[in-house]
Formats: sequence, C-alpha cells, structure tokens
Amino acid sequence: MSEVAIHHPGSEAFEPSLFGTYSKKIGMWLFLLSDTLTFGALLFAYSYGRISNPDWPTPFHKESIANATLMTGCLLSSSLTMVLAVLAAKRRDRSWTRNWLLVTMLFGTAFILLHGMEWSKLIEEGMTPFKNPWAASVPQFGGTFYTLTGMHMLHVTIGVIYLGVVALRKKFLPILFLLWLLGWLAIPASSVFHVGIHVLLLALIVAAIVLFLKPKDYDAHDVEVSGLYWHFVDLVWMFIFPLVYLMSTRI
Amino acid sequence: MATTAPVHVHAAPQGFIRRYVFSLDHKVIGIQYYFLALAAVFVGMFLSLLMRIHLVWPTAQIPLFGEIKPETYLTLLTMHGTIMVFFVLTTAPQSGFGNYFLPIQIGAPDMAFPVLNMLSFWTTFVAFVVMIAAFFVAGGAPLHGWTGYAPLSAVPNSGPGEALGADLWIVSIAIFCIASLMGALNFITTVLDLRAKGMTMMRMPLTVWAWFITAILGLLAFGVLLSAGILLLMDRNLGTSFFVPGGLNFTGQLTVTPGGLSPSTTNFTHHGGSPLLWQHLFWFFGHPEVYIAILPGMGVASQLLSTFSRKPIFGYKAMVYAIMAIGILGFVVWGHHMFMSGMSPYSAFAFSIMTMCIGVPSAIKTFNWLGTLWHGRIRLQTPMLFAIGFVSLFVSGGLSGPFLAQPVLDIPLHDTYFVVGHFHLIMGVAAIFGIFAGTYYWFPKMFGRMMNERLGQIHFLITLLGTYAIFMPMHYLGLAGQTRRYSQFTEVAYQTKLVPLQTFMTYAALITIAAQFLFLINLFWSMRKGAKASDNPWESTTLEWSTATPPPHDNFGGQTPVVSHGPYEYSVPGAPRDFIMQTDPATTATH
Ligand code: HEM
Ligand SMILES: [Cu+2]
Repeated sequence: MSEVAIHHPGSEAFEPSLFGTYSKKIGMWLFLLSDTLTFGALLFAYSYGRISNPDWPTPFHKESIANATLMTGCLLSSSLTMVLAVLAAKRRDRSWTRNWLLVTMLFGTAFILLHGMEWSKLIEEGMTPFKNPWAASVPQFGGTFYTLTGMHMLHVTIGVIYLGVVALRKKFLPILFLLWLLGWLAIPASSVFHVGIHVLLLALIVAAIVLFLKPKDYDAHDVEVSGLYWHFVDLVWMFIFPLVYLMSTRI
Repeated sequence: MATTAPVHVHAAPQGFIRRYVFSLDHKVIGIQYYFLALAAVFVGMFLSLLMRIHLVWPTAQIPLFGEIKPETYLTLLTMHGTIMVFFVLTTAPQSGFGNYFLPIQIGAPDMAFPVLNMLSFWTTFVAFVVMIAAFFVAGGAPLHGWTGYAPLSAVPNSGPGEALGADLWIVSIAIFCIASLMGALNFITTVLDLRAKGMTMMRMPLTVWAWFITAILGLLAFGVLLSAGILLLMDRNLGTSFFVPGGLNFTGQLTVTPGGLSPSTTNFTHHGGSPLLWQHLFWFFGHPEVYIAILPGMGVASQLLSTFSRKPIFGYKAMVYAIMAIGILGFVVWGHHMFMSGMSPYSAFAFSIMTMCIGVPSAIKTFNWLGTLWHGRIRLQTPMLFAIGFVSLFVSGGLSGPFLAQPVLDIPLHDTYFVVGHFHLIMGVAAIFGIFAGTYYWFPKMFGRMMNERLGQIHFLITLLGTYAIFMPMHYLGLAGQTRRYSQFTEVAYQTKLVPLQTFMTYAALITIAAQFLFLINLFWSMRKGAKASDNPWESTTLEWSTATPPPHDNFGGQTPVVSHGPYEYSVPGAPRDFIMQTDPATTATH
C-alpha cells in the first residue's frame, strides 16, 4: 500500500480545515448527512402511506410498547456508555475505552435481540410486508414497519460490529465468526433471521479485509468517529419510536 | 504507450494491478472513470441511433437486429436515458475530471480518502456491468423509462422487459447511488481539508467550486434515490405496495401475483400504494441530478472562457454565489416534473415560482460568461470553441425552461417533444460540450501530448450544427403536438405531416454520430502521436499547469505548492506576462 502521505491538515503546508477538524470526522459527518436523507426518504414514504390510508391500524398494545420502551432504554444507555468510551479514549485510558465500548455493544446487542423477538412475534401473528391481521386494506402497515425498523436494525448491527472492530481489532474476528455460526445454527430455518444472520458473515469478511490490509491501532479519533455513528443510529430510533410505535398504539 | 504511462513516476514500485487496476492514485482513477464514461457514451449513442432509425423507418431491417418492435423501442429509450444520465453525464464531468483535477487544482497530493476513492470507481463499474447485463437476461432490458415510473416498474412482468431486467436496472441504480455517495463524501472532505497554503475558498478555481457544490448535491440526492430503489425492489419482490395502488390491470391480469422472491402461493392483493410517492422520491433526486450533470460543465466553461479570453472571469464572487443558489434552489423545485400528476394548484404555483427563481442565478452565470468574452483577446482554439458552444447550448436549452415552469404551459407541453428538446439541449448536449471542452483542454496535462487542432475544429463544427439540427426542431414538433415516448407515429393521421422533419433530424443524427468518431480517432491518435505538450500549453494560471506534465504521483513532486493569487489573473496591468499563475510569488501585482 504505497499511499500518498496525506498530510494532516493543520500541518504548515495546508490551509486550516474549514471546520477545524480532521478528515475522518468530516467524512463521518458527511456520511451521516446522506444517511439522514436515506432514512428521511423512508420516513417520508411511511408518512405518505399513513396519511393516504385512513384505516391505518393501531395494533400496538401495552406489551409491545413496554418492549419498545425497553429497547429505547437500551439505546439511550448505550449512548451514555459511548460517551464514556470517548472520554476514556481522550484520557488515553485503553482498558476503560475497551470496557465502555464492550458495554455499548452489549446494549446494542440487547436491542437487536429484543427487536428480533418482537419481529418474530409479529410475524407469528401474521404480519408480513404485504399484509397484516388488523387492516386488510392497509398492506403499507407491515411494509413500512419492516422497512424502517429493518433498515435501522441493520444500522445497529453494523454499529455493534464497527465498535467491536475498534475495541478488539483482530481479536474480534473469531468472536464475530462464532456469533454468526451460533446464530445460524440456533435460529430455526423458518425464521427470517436464519437468512438475515448472514449479514454477520458479510461483515466478518469486510472487517477481516480492513483489519488485515490496514493493521493499525485505533486512537481516540477513531473512537470518536465511531461514536458519531453510534449516536446517529440512536437518534434515528428516537424518530422511529414515536412515529412507528407510539402513534400506532391503542391503550 | 510509453509516453502516457509515467503517471506514477514517484511511486514506490507497484505491480500493474496496483498501478492501473486497483490504483489509489486519484489521477488514474479519474482516467478510469473517463474511459468508463467513454464506453458508456458509445453504447448510449448506439441505442439512440436505433431509435432515430425506427422513428422514421419503422419497418427497416437493421443488420443483426431485424425490425425493431414497439416494445423494443421503449427498451432502447429507457436504457439510452439511464446510461447517458448516470454513466455519462454524472460520471465523466464529476467523477472523471473532478477526480483528476480537483486535488491538483487545490494543491493536494491526493483525495482525502484514496481507498474510498478506488472503491467508488469499482462500485460504479459493477453498477455499469449490472446495467448492461439487463440486456441479456430473459425478457431483456426494462421499458419503464429512465425515471422508472411506478406502477409499471413496481409490478413484476407488467410488460416486456419488466422481469429480471427491471430488477437488474434497479439494483444497478442502487449500486450507483452508493458509489456516488462515496465519491461525493470524498470530494467534499478533500476541498474542506486539503487546500494548499494560500488556497482560500475564494481563491479556488470555479471548476473546484462546481465539483464541490455538485458533490454536496450528490451527497443529499443519491441517498433518497437509494431508499426509493430499495422500496421499489420490495414492491417487486416482497409484495409490498408502496407504489402500487389497488385494482390495476396489466396485460389482462389484475395485479395479485407477487413476483420474484415471495412465495407465489401467498394470496394477497396490492392495495393503497401511490405511484406519486415514487415520483416525489425520484424527482427529489432527479432535479438535483440534472444540476449534478451540468454544474461541472459550468465550471469548465468559466475556467476556459477566462483563460482563452485572457481576461479575469467577470464577477468571480457572483459566479460562486450563483452556483450555491442553484444548488439550494435545486432541492425545492422537483414538483415541476409533476404538474401533470394532478397536484394541487397551490403546490404547482409554489413549485412554479421556485423554478423560475432558478432562472436568476442561471442568467447571472450566462451574463458573466458574456461579460468575460467582452473585449477579450479571444483565442479560438478547440477547447474555447467547445466552451462557447456550451454557453450557446445552455442558453438555447435554458430558455425553454421558464416556459415549462408554468403549469398552464407545461400541461399541454409535458408529454411532447418540447420537453425532449429542452432537456437534450441543456442537459444532453451542453453537458457533453462541457466534457469535450474539458477533454481538449486537459488532454495535454493528462497524456503529455496535444490533441489535433484541425480535427478538433471540424469535430466542433459538425457537432454544434448537428446537435442544433437534431434538437431545435423538437420544440416545433412539441408545439405541433408530437407526443413523446411513442415508437410509431408515421401512421398517425395528424402526425404524418411531421414525418419529413423527423426524417431530417434522423439524417442530422447520423452525421453527428459519425462525427464523434473523429473525436475518438483524435483522442487515441493524439495519445501516441500528438505533438509533445509543454507544462502549460494554454498559458493558464491554475495549479495543474504549474506542475510537470503528466503530474508526478503525488502531484507536486514531494512539495506542497504555496498559493498567492486568485485563479484568473489574466492581463493584469504591470505584470511581466499576460497571466499570473496562482503559484507565482506574491510580489507580482495581485488583487
Ligand atoms: C432555468 C432553468 C430551468 C428551468 C426553469 C427548467 C424547467 C424544467 C421543467 C419545468 C421541466 C418539466 C417539463 C415536463 O416534464 O413537463 C423540465 C424538464 C427537464 N429539465 Fe429543465 N429546467 C431548467 C434547466 C435545466 C437544466 C440546467 C437541466 C440539466 C442540465 C435540465 C434538465 C431537464 C430534464 C432532464 C428534464 C426532463 C426530465 C424528464 O421528464 O425525463 N433543465 N425542466
Ligand atoms: Cu427539474
């Protein structure tokens, strides 16, 4: 990899960066900006379907809201632990950086598991992307629900893996491999997650390529950038939770 | 090719694959993008040739193809538009020239994220392969137009080509979105972070401004198209009804059967979706996209008009703010593509006003270009010819915009050739002229040799006259009621009178297309045999002309240039030469 040495802005040879910060952070902010539009389009599609279908069902009862609140709690706590991880990284406290990152991942994983169980229950009740037991004339209910939450779940999954790579580097690869294998064997073949778990395998391949081509120590900047991503994913949920869950509640 | 090779003179030894295939050098990547677009433009041009022939001689037997069927015509139309818009007009001016020259023009050794840059090229390449593959699968390529209008595109097997071909089309577009997002992110970060000392924002060449704003448009627009594509794929393959209303009837069947992945035993009906949702999402991307195609051309035109008139660009700041205004307004006018959809007259009014506002910055740019030419010492070399041609085409195509921006006029004009004339002049040909201008101008820097001037002038003359001959009459056809997107009208009573004009346009197209081979010959011949180029053959001022030809691997041979001047200091009184390079010492007269 003979790469042109990219001088860090701030070095004398360059104009100061317009936002006074390093490239990776700007890159992440820009990615998040475009991702906002991606989610924005999905939320727009949801609102559009919802407004134009007056029979929109409101099937979520206490249990589902309790579950979703718990999930929200997981994400909120994970944002806090993420902040702690970034602070630890700035102090150059390696072990606490890693610990807080692991706790964040744990909350993220809990979120995914709770979400997965909820999906499974809804599928059991007969809700699919094209129909639902509550309003036959509104197939959009399932469609928008699975698209929005599915896209978000994918983002959380990628986030957990991203943090795992930052926290443990190559040591994370075998863990990811085991997670994939266990998940694949444990989840019954009839579940969508039996196929969905292969996201982990894909991520494993990508992570391995990244880690072997660019074996480096992740510093405080890298932790901060991963934190930006993580907080964004949390923030998106703070839109999905009221719009998709609370507004479809009958209590 | 010995002369074209040493792009990497300072690079550590690398294998062929690292140097030319998976290269991290933005210059190699820029050339890769350029040649991808060149391949695409010839495919797209070939498709348009078939269309033009079919339009006037519908029963013609074409070698290897036989007679073109009406549905094949729609396939050609779809693939022509898609390939041209995405793989030519978005790829060459922004990703091609932008990659090569944006870092050099701001004095950076490379893009901010070289690996990402390589990935974005190869992702684009994959998207192109998938797009072309649509021709060869069962059922062939789709016929839902470059705009992919639902519900035709959202229901599997709604027509010929709407099987696997349509899925591939959507997948290709989605991949293209991801590639463009990576590219855009890289461009923006590079401009923000890697400007050489003295290269303040307001000293950036207008090309850099154009690429920068284009990248911002891309960053915001492609994410939306990506989502729209995902939803469309779900409608087709998972049976959702985002874009499909109930009770549709395709080829004699109600739309109850799901296609693709979902089990066909599942009994469900599409219901409650809205084709307009697709139009909103598509045009929220689609209108910024037309500016993604044209802004880099505007940048190139500004750069060249100033250089070849030996005058500073007229109103540099106004140019910068006009690009910004166009970029911002571009996001709030998408509704002007949907006047026919039965939108509320109040929204139509709002969209109409916003759209006409875009005329203001567009006019500012045009007048500044004219002001730059005014009293200039004009050098009519080929790059300049194409830059002037750009301005001419931009005005000709742009003037019909404000007409179309008014719902009362647009409703009769929307489905006619008038719109086809509008967007071909301004988006098709003007943007292509920007690419040509850029090619003739930067070729010496990229390949170390000059292109043939005489061939270039002939190419320019035929192309300018030819494209006007093809696309100007479309306005008259449209006003006369010639419908667009139809394959056969030679038999339609009220349209038969228009056939002679159509025939004329087809002949013009044949000649213009033939002339493009002059360009191709010139390009490849000059790469090997052209006269050797000096470091600064056009006596330009921007940074790419102060480094070696072709530039070394890190662009400036281990140094970072120091910039002391604005980008267009030509004919400065008291200066020793009629141009002051941006890197000239500050003691020279400055402003
Ligand atoms: C003053 C500036 C402009 C105005 C007011 C304007 C206005 C419009 C309007 C109202 C339409 C919709 C017509 C219809 O479908 O019925 C349209 C279509 C179109 N315009 Fe423009 N336009 C302008 C400049 C441009 C530029 C700079 C480009 C590209 C570089 C462009 C590309 C297109 C394309 C591609 C379409 C047709 C898309 C399709 O239906 O397939 N326009 N324009
Ligand atoms: Cu538009």
